[in-house]
Order: sequence, then C-alpha cells, then structure tokens
Amino acid sequence: MSGVGRAVFCDRCGAPTAEGDHARCARERDLEPPRFCPECARRMVVQVDPFGWTARCSRHGTRSSAAAER
Amino acid sequence: MTTATSIVLSRAREQVLERGEGLSEEQVLEVLQLPDSELDALLELAHEVRMRWCGPEVEVEGIISLKTGGCPEDCHFCSQSGLFESPVRSAWLDVPMLVEAAKQTAKTGATEFCIVAAVRGPDARLMAQVAAGVAAIKDAVDINVACSLGMLTPEQVTALAGMGVHRYNHNLETARSHFPNVVTTHTWEERWETLRLVREAGMEVCCGGIVGMGETLGQRAEFAAQLASLTPDEVPLNFLNPRPGTPFGDLEPMSGPDALRTVAAFRLALPRTVLRFAGGRELTLGDLGARKGLLGGINAVIVGNYLTTLGRPAEADIDLLGELEMPIKALNETL
Ligand code: SF4
Ligand SMILES: [Zn+2]
Ligand SMILES: [Zn+2]
Repeated sequence: MSGVGRAVFCDRCGAPTAEGDHARCARERDLEPPRFCPECARRMVVQVDPFGWTARCSRHGTRSSAAAER
Repeated sequence: MTTATSIVLSRAREQVLERGEGLSEEQVLEVLQLPDSELDALLELAHEVRMRWCGPEVEVEGIISLKTGGCPEDCHFCSQSGLFESPVRSAWLDVPMLVEAAKQTAKTGATEFCIVAAVRGPDARLMAQVAAGVAAIKDAVDINVACSLGMLTPEQVTALAGMGVHRYNHNLETARSHFPNVVTTHTWEERWETLRLVREAGMEVCCGGIVGMGETLGQRAEFAAQLASLTPDEVPLNFLNPRPGTPFGDLEPMSGPDALRTVAAFRLALPRTVLRFAGGRELTLGDLGARKGLLGGINAVIVGNYLTTLGRPAEADIDLLGELEMPIKALNETL
C-alpha cells in the first residue's frame, strides 16, 4: 500500500494541517523524513538509508521517498 | 591584521604546517578566539595543513542505521534515546536491505560503509545480526565495513575484529569536563575504555563528537586536545542539529563562522587525522558548507542521508569533489 489518502495531519509535527503554524515543518522537510502519518497522525516507523527513506503506519501502510518523488 | 592574531597564525604555520606538530589545548583556544576577519586566513592555513600532511584525497563514507531508536541511554542531543518524547520510533533493518544500502553506497565511489545501532552496547541478537550483515556485505560488495554499536566488552571487540570490521566508531562526543552535562547514564571514561580495547584489537579508531552543545570555547579546545591524545584514525565532526523533544531541542544551531573556525582548529590540532564532515553541516553551513569545509581542513565526507535525518544528495558532494580536483580515496589506500 502506498500513501494516497488525504493529508489531514502534518507529517512533521502530527498536528492537523489546517490548524496552527507549520512554517518550521515546511522548512524541515528538506532535511527530515516524515514522522507522523498524514492520514491518522500515528507515529510511523521510519527507516532512513543513505539514499532515501521509508515510513510505515500500522493502519495506512508504507510510504517512501521513491514514491514521494514520483 | 592585528599583531596578536598574526602571531597566532604564523606560529601555527610554523608548528603545524612546517613541523607537523598539532596545536596544544591553549593554542587551539587562541585559534577559536580569532575574529571573523581572520577566518579566511585561518581556513587557508588549515587547508594547507591538510594537503601537506594528508594529501588531496577525500574519504567518502555512507552510514546506515541497523537498529533505530529506543536506546536506554540519555545523550541529551539524541533523538534515538527512548527516554525523551521524540517522534523517532524503533526500527530494525534486515540483512538484504543492509546489503542493498552498501551496494548503493559503493556506487558513489565510497570506500567506507558504517553500520550503526542505537544501543548502550550490543546484545547477542545485535551481534548475530551484525555478523550476518557484515558477512553478506563482504560477499556482495567491495567496501570497507565499519561499525558503531556503543560500548563493547573485550569479547565483543575480538568478535568484531574477527568478522573483518576494519574500523570502529565510538564518539567521546564532547570535552571530558562537559560530558556530565550531556550524558548521565554512562561516563566519558567508559567510552574511553571501549576505544582503548578497539585500538588494542587492531581495528582503526574512529572517534569524534558534536560541537555546539553549550560547551565553552575553552571546553571545545579541551575536546580537541583530548581527541589528539587518543590519536584516532578518524574524527567525525558533527554540529548540533537540535532535535525536537530532546533536552537540547531548544539550543540554537551554531553560526556558520563558528562551525568553520572549529573545523580549522580541529585540523590544526590533528594534522594527520581523517577529519570528516558528519551531521549538521547542512543546517549550520547551508549549501556552501561542503565547499568551505573541504577548503578548510576537512578531508572526508558522509554522502547521502544520516541515521534519522536527510543530507544533501550524494551526487552534489561527488560533483563538488570533481570540481575541487580532490580525488576520492581508493579502497586500497590508507590516508
Ligand atoms: S548511546 Fe547513542 S543512540 Fe543511545 S542515546 Fe546516546 S547517542 Fe543516542
Ligand atoms: Zn507541522
Ligand atoms: Zn496512518
């Protein structure tokens, strides 16, 4: 499964994207993988390797840098 | 140029560049206190020292986290400690993924691949995973394998050396006098003991740390001198990247000039050591950091991503080395 659901939560801080300030989160995205599932805000299991990352939510499956670049 | 600063630099030139003798703690402190107006001259000297005593080659390395997060220790900078409210969750990498990462790393021209685990020290399960991983990598890829698995027993040191692990990373992290402000679950001396065992077993010693963790300039100089007394084969230099949820999460990242002054000062303390740009350089120095560091004393880089954060694309660094006419160190060479 690849993450295709609606992004309701910020994948950096886990708060709803519609609420609060996510400017820092946006800046961080260049140098940080996602940490929270954008669909349910669960903390994801993230594996970084030298050339990418994968992030798995127990409910919403796995996302990866390869898929994010497509 | 004021007389005082020209004396600091000309003395360093004579002592380190001409005679190859690293700066003492007091001398490193004088260098760290040089004004911004002297920074370019300082970086130039550090670059000359590196070219003279190490040569133009650059050692390229990739790193991978075999076991992420959930560490029982409390290193205040670390997002992988299980004791802080960090968003990093535990994860284990399997052997096929480890081999794939080593293959991709070797494709960039890198000669070092370092397997890292977030642990106090390895248990039997981790040692078995490392043994399987190192054997599988050695079968499939032509690359030196290094490990960073925390504090080791004498038996574990012997086992790793027997697997053909050629270098072991264990950072002292900071000056001995500052260490209790950074870690309370183990001591600086315990870390030193592991390093002593590693050296004794014939593995190369890789030992560095993180600057910008609230230490004074004096403590930064103390750290450089303590590293020099260890005579490590490699020193990875990290700049604090304040991690959300950790005790150091609200510290300000170091300024670019301070970071570069530290690079140059460490090179002048360690003229012959592999000095590696490790984590945090993107944050403190931005895109120009790699270039300035490589022209200011650095002769090794980590390509691609770090353990839990992302780096510049590997090609950007490899292209830069080409542009600077700094060859990538070959596998059979020792710097
Ligand atoms: S021992 Fe290593 S992984 Fe564990 S908290 Fe300290 S730096 Fe992080
Ligand atoms: Zn956010
Ligand atoms: Zn989810």
